[in-house]
Amino acid sequence: MQRHLISAADLTRDDAVLILDTAEEMARVADRPIKKLPTLRGRTIVNLFFEDSTRTRISFEAAEKRLSADVINFSAKGSSVSKGESLKDTAQTLEAMGVDAVVIRHGASGAPYRLATSGWIDAAVVNAGDGTHQHPTQALLDAFTMRRRLIGRDAGLGQDLAGKRITLVGDVLHSRVARSNVDLLHTLGAEVTLVAPPTLVPVGVGNWPCEVSYDLDSTLPKSDAVMMLRVQRERMNAAFFPTEREYSRRYGLDGERMARMPEHAIVMHPGPMVRGMEITAEVADSDRCTVVEQVANGVSIRMAVLYLLLGGNEPAVSHARTAEEK
Amino acid sequence: MSKTLIRGAKVLGGAPQDVLIDGQTIAGVGTGLSAEGAEVVEADGKVLLPGLVDLHTHLREPGREDSETVLTGTRAAASGGYTAVFAMANTFPVADTAGVVEQVYRLGQQHGYCDVQPIGAVTIGLEGRKLAELGAMHESAAGVTVFSDDGKCVDDAVIMRRALEYVKAFGGVVAQHAQEPRLTEGAQMNEGVVSAELGLGGWPAVAEESIIARDVLLAEHVGSRVHICHLSTAGSVEIVRWAKSRGIQVTAEVTPHHLLLTDELVRSYNPVYKVNPPLRTERDVLALREALADGTIDIVATDHAPHPHEDKDCEWAAAAMGMVGLETALSVVQETMVETGLLDWAQVAERMSTKPAEIGRATGHGRPVSAGEPANLTLVDTAYRGAVDPAGFASRSRNTPYEGCELPGRVTHTWLRGKATLVDGKLT
Repeated sequence: MQRHLISAADLTRDDAVLILDTAEEMARVADRPIKKLPTLRGRTIVNLFFEDSTRTRISFEAAEKRLSADVINFSAKGSSVSKGESLKDTAQTLEAMGVDAVVIRHGASGAPYRLATSGWIDAAVVNAGDGTHQHPTQALLDAFTMRRRLIGRDAGLGQDLAGKRITLVGDVLHSRVARSNVDLLHTLGAEVTLVAPPTLVPVGVGNWPCEVSYDLDSTLPKSDAVMMLRVQRERMNAAFFPTEREYSRRYGLDGERMARMPEHAIVMHPGPMVRGMEITAEVADSDRCTVVEQVANGVSIRMAVLYLLLGGNEPAVSHARTAEEK
Repeated sequence: MSKTLIRGAKVLGGAPQDVLIDGQTIAGVGTGLSAEGAEVVEADGKVLLPGLVDLHTHLREPGREDSETVLTGTRAAASGGYTAVFAMANTFPVADTAGVVEQVYRLGQQHGYCDVQPIGAVTIGLEGRKLAELGAMHESAAGVTVFSDDGKCVDDAVIMRRALEYVKAFGGVVAQHAQEPRLTEGAQMNEGVVSAELGLGGWPAVAEESIIARDVLLAEHVGSRVHICHLSTAGSVEIVRWAKSRGIQVTAEVTPHHLLLTDELVRSYNPVYKVNPPLRTERDVLALREALADGTIDIVATDHAPHPHEDKDCEWAAAAMGMVGLETALSVVQETMVETGLLDWAQVAERMSTKPAEIGRATGHGRPVSAGEPANLTLVDTAYRGAVDPAGFASRSRNTPYEGCELPGRVTHTWLRGKATLVDGKLT
């Protein structure tokens, strides 16, 4: 494992499988009455959020607390950042307070990379989403969810996603989730298809390790998992598509379309969902939809990532058991 | 009057000759010239060029003296071998009145490192709506002949047409920053494979090419000349080539960085590579070199754009666009055009001195190295090769993309009308 987690593209297959396997161990902790490990006791992690994202922030915070880390939450709003302080000064200020890791969410693509590589700070950097670039822990929790559902909780250990057919539908152009997923799923051996109106696919997508289709209906029967991406209503005003209704008709997932998917296939969504836009309530609330599981899995994945980046070489869970037994 | 004898210089890269400067002019060029009463500079096989002329410099004064002033910018120019620079109008206040252009012009004269020829804004405040008083700027002491809203595109077709027509009255030229604004909203880098991966807003080549296509057609329609700033794409080259073949009066410039660097460098998210127009692809770079070699692109212009450290020491999206270039331009041209065999030194002189002086009507610059001509000269040690060290720059800013890069060539001497502004690599 590397010192930072900036991009899903930086992970090798073995790194990724190790994270997924470690996350399974972490998930078992959640089944215990006391959901806490002493692994990161005495370590300080700051959640540095320049963009509002309550879900992701809470997920990281839960993961950090379950590993017994000391947690500092820093939200850019109402802070010195709104008074013009630079990313560099903010990060250096936090590091001066003795921070071991920085979990950063930033609106500018590349901000976590800059933080990790510019010599501004020494702390480990975890990218919690940067602009329209990457969101690697989201891709990891998605892969974790797929492996559990499509292969099995125990059967999946040590396995990748070789041969699984994964379809991502929606606003690929503005989606860091799509970029991270394409990179990670490819590394894990899955076959990825992106489905979107041509306006929402980036120029240059031809070099990505995936297929691109403009036709959702023909792709659904060949999918083991279908991930719906959120489409922001503002995109309509920038002429990416004519109306919300037309988008839903052509690219939204409703019950009728879901029925065309193979029986074992699952529906995923990184949240927050826009019900009635890219997904109908019927699909969102069905058993095949893994949205709530993805949230739960997010905590396990983030525990695994932080443990592997900060926890050194000691085994996480067995070590924890010893500690509990004492 | 003082005399200087430059002994054994390869004039325009030719056989070694002596060049005698007497006062402000070249008194003689030949072999075995007498050194009597003259200070001798042993050129020792270095290449002597006419003083370089930069049609596209940002000196930042007035308004952003924290990044550059006329003094520091002209010292940087002299260091890079320049004897004349055209100062862009996007200062604070904007150079859209006779008062501002005269101030900038006089500062250049007062400091004496390099002639400063101000460029006037085409429109008031660079806002693209109302023509600035172009005639007043032309008639001022600064004698402005080049007009540009550089940094912004004159995107209104009617305003552009009128500007092209209007400046004909006094032989002016409009230099267009070709960037269709709607196609580049939120643009951060060249749109293509790399932007798709990095998730940075794409800056499509067509945003440049569509404006160039429109403007050459406008220039043809009204019979005016138009100059294209910092052309950066293979498609733009094709359009300019076509326009020239039709006899349209179009000239074009390319920056040194667009001749060398590609958008692959943006993968570092290091804003030192953030520039407008953005770095393009390898294919574009090769097309630009070829076009500069065959004359489709007339000149090299630096687009020297100084920025304070804090404006580059940040995340990509927050960073300012631009690179300093005056002190590395000739080295980059040697690397990309001379060492590759695309240009000889006489052709470099044409593209970095003669033609830019012609386009901007800079009298006394870009002249032949021969007796009777003004002694604006640059001596280059072309055998030198070394790493670029920004700490040694005369510019107030350090935002160079070449830090640590090994490049050939070093300007050792510059003379402005016979007065040495640079001696043995040191400013006087």
